[in-house]
Amino acid sequence: MHRALTMTRRRIVSSIPVLLIVIVGTFLLLEAAPGDAVDAYLLSLGGGDAGLVAELRQSYGLDQSIVKRLTLYVGALLQLDLGWSVAFDRPVLDLIVERLPNTLWLMGAATALAFSLGSLLGIVAGARPGSLTDRTLSIGSLALYAVPSFWLGLVLVLVFAVDLRWFPTAGIETIASGKTGLARVADIAWHLALPVSALGFIYLALFLRMMRAGMAEAWRQDFVLSARAKGLARRRIVLRYVARNALLPLVTMLGLQAAAMLGGSVVVESVFAIPGFGRLAHEAVSGRDAPLLTGIIIVSAVLVIAVNLLVDIAYALLDPRVGSGEVAP
Amino acid sequence: MTGFLISRRNLFLGTGALMTAALPMARAWAEDAPRGGRLVVAADSEPRSLNPAIVASNGVFFIASKVVEPLAEAMLDGEGGLAPRLATSWEGSEDGLSITFKLREGVTWHDGEPLTSADVAFSAMEVWKPLQNLGRVVFANLDTVETPDAHTAIFRFSAPTPIQLIRNALPVVTSVLPKHLYEGTDIAANPANKAPVGTGPFKFAEHRPGEYYRLTRNDAYWGEGLPKLDEIIFRVLPDRAAAGSALEAGEIQLAAFSQVPLVDLERIAKVPGLKVVTEGYEALTYQLVVEINHRNEILADRKVRQALSHAIDRDFVVDTVFLGYAQAATGPVPQNAPQFYNPDVKPYSFDIEGANRLLDEAGYPRGEDGKRFSLRLLPAPFFSETRQFGDYLRQALGKVGIDVTLVNNDTPAHLKAVYTDHDFDIAVGSPVFRGDPAISTTILVQSGIPDGVPFSNQGGYANAELDTIIDQATETIDTEARTALYNDFQRIVVEDLPLINVAEWGFTTVASDTVLNVGNNPRWAVSNWADTALSR
Repeated sequence: MHRALTMTRRRIVSSIPVLLIVIVGTFLLLEAAPGDAVDAYLLSLGGGDAGLVAELRQSYGLDQSIVKRLTLYVGALLQLDLGWSVAFDRPVLDLIVERLPNTLWLMGAATALAFSLGSLLGIVAGARPGSLTDRTLSIGSLALYAVPSFWLGLVLVLVFAVDLRWFPTAGIETIASGKTGLARVADIAWHLALPVSALGFIYLALFLRMMRAGMAEAWRQDFVLSARAKGLARRRIVLRYVARNALLPLVTMLGLQAAAMLGGSVVVESVFAIPGFGRLAHEAVSGRDAPLLTGIIIVSAVLVIAVNLLVDIAYALLDPRVGSGEVAP
Repeated sequence: MTGFLISRRNLFLGTGALMTAALPMARAWAEDAPRGGRLVVAADSEPRSLNPAIVASNGVFFIASKVVEPLAEAMLDGEGGLAPRLATSWEGSEDGLSITFKLREGVTWHDGEPLTSADVAFSAMEVWKPLQNLGRVVFANLDTVETPDAHTAIFRFSAPTPIQLIRNALPVVTSVLPKHLYEGTDIAANPANKAPVGTGPFKFAEHRPGEYYRLTRNDAYWGEGLPKLDEIIFRVLPDRAAAGSALEAGEIQLAAFSQVPLVDLERIAKVPGLKVVTEGYEALTYQLVVEINHRNEILADRKVRQALSHAIDRDFVVDTVFLGYAQAATGPVPQNAPQFYNPDVKPYSFDIEGANRLLDEAGYPRGEDGKRFSLRLLPAPFFSETRQFGDYLRQALGKVGIDVTLVNNDTPAHLKAVYTDHDFDIAVGSPVFRGDPAISTTILVQSGIPDGVPFSNQGGYANAELDTIIDQATETIDTEARTALYNDFQRIVVEDLPLINVAEWGFTTVASDTVLNVGNNPRWAVSNWADTALSR
């Protein structure tokens, strides 16, 4: 346990420079993109005179230099103030608090689906490498991996929402339904079924292939040979010896996938009209909303760092060899 | 409640004479429609403000026009093209220096306070004139608003102001705000900008960001027997395919502003129980134009611009880009604006030979590779149609020997490149005709506009004759004389081509057959939907 604490402390310290680079980088990137928040707003405004444009720039603080704006922003950030979104005309923190849970549900469920089903099928495929089942699963998963998530989403909507009407086409819950408690949870789960499938099935292939590769390698290990020589049942060898050893890299993958899935959720959230984090990021970029985008990226970075930390801790607990070097004498 | 009914009856007796012949008919028709029900509508975006008095744009009106009402609304066969709303009459003085509005009596705000002329005066002087994107132009010369009694407002102008312009602008620029909620506050930051309080047939109930807006019936609405619906829900569906699927699955009953893309219309129209309505956008005409940077010395030559215009097959654009849901344009005023449209302007025929001849005459013969010169084309990313027309234009100009490079940007980058940096040769734009050329049309060709003003002449075009006509028209009181000036305006624009008008289009609405009275006025999608109903 002491080991995990030390690791946590070290990680938090080392993530501070990473966050700083992320903040300044985001600011500069948005600055480099042509057009500012006022330009982005003018289209929905449908026009205005020169005075209006100047007044808007002033009220957004865009008449000040980038250095001044960045200093102000970082200064506020040090007081844990994420700033004001110009595109939404609301505090950034409110927007993030509102949207983050939806994305966490989506990502969490999709990751759970991809990980559990992926590793399960990986075990099936890796139990007899080279068999017909193995080949079918490998090719099938590759094909699924090649499908863009928005396309899969649209197809799922057409089949299961428009034609069969088993699931709703879009949204996070039934609008203005007034449901509470368990009924609401069930309602949200029903709405998330299709988006979770669209996001999860694509990443499933990764876990499947990794599991299978790990198992194929484990079959060649000496301890498997000795287990077979001992005359253990095949099922026992597959589950207790081969699969168990192949599972470890998947935990690492889990951490890496958290970041990738945050990106994938942009598309899926738009297709299914889920008011989530990915869609918010998209709106921040198209609105050239620097405070909002920076806020989103900071929270995402913290999220990814946290997930990776959890993965490392889990890893350290699962495998005693890991992390021992990090413990200072 | 009883007191209110009586005053409303008196009101009808008193103003009956003012009502046009068409109004009672519309009323009888509306009364036949059933009452009650919840209408769920697709919304593709969430405006940052819902205050139509500050932001007079279709995105805001789409939701807010059901809550906050203007002085008058557009109406196809109404007198002067208008139907009275909060004002029952309007009259301009001979000298054009004042306009007197009589206000409807017995109207209350959603919080129960009565509507008075003080609200109108406050809205005009504190909001429309200083803050509103369009009002800053239309009411630039407004000096004071006098309120001799609770239901009369006299607008006084410092320079002659055409009643025709004010009349045409009424539906768009005169959303009335409650003075008692805004006075003494920071108007731009007032909480009522996000949860509007108005006099309209529906009250603002809630906004769940990213999910929906909910409006509920205003039981104290001044219109007899109105509104029909109990509730309107605007469901946020940002993906273009989502609205179509949700309609097919019966989750929503209506999608306006072409939220179902043109390419899906043919399929959707065949779905039993759904209808495609093209009416209801007559006063919201969008124009497909080629904007020209006259700083480029090749394009400064009128013959080159005429050649460009001849090289465009407008009928092909209408049939292919707009799949027939548009009309070929002849000039800067759309054909569905009968007040101003000049049918005598000579349109440019599709004539490749003529275009080639003009380019030769201008001194740009084809080089050995068959090319005359190169241009950078920036298609606006606002609509898929503006982007597709950019692709077409590149090919069309290639046929007459002009080498076109497409530069695709997202919205802020496009606006900056064209309207602030002037970093383009030709651009595809989509200005809106808002009922009167003085509101947002003459600005497209007028000279002397500062850099950075969006949807204006940023191509460096200057024509003294045209500028004079535009200036004269802004202070010509006589409606006929003013219309004549705009006829000249159209003739000169078509001859000299400061920009090239290609097509004009309205939008389409897809609705369930159960939704009644869809598209029954020329600004339907952004009107109050008081008579919109659901059949059982």
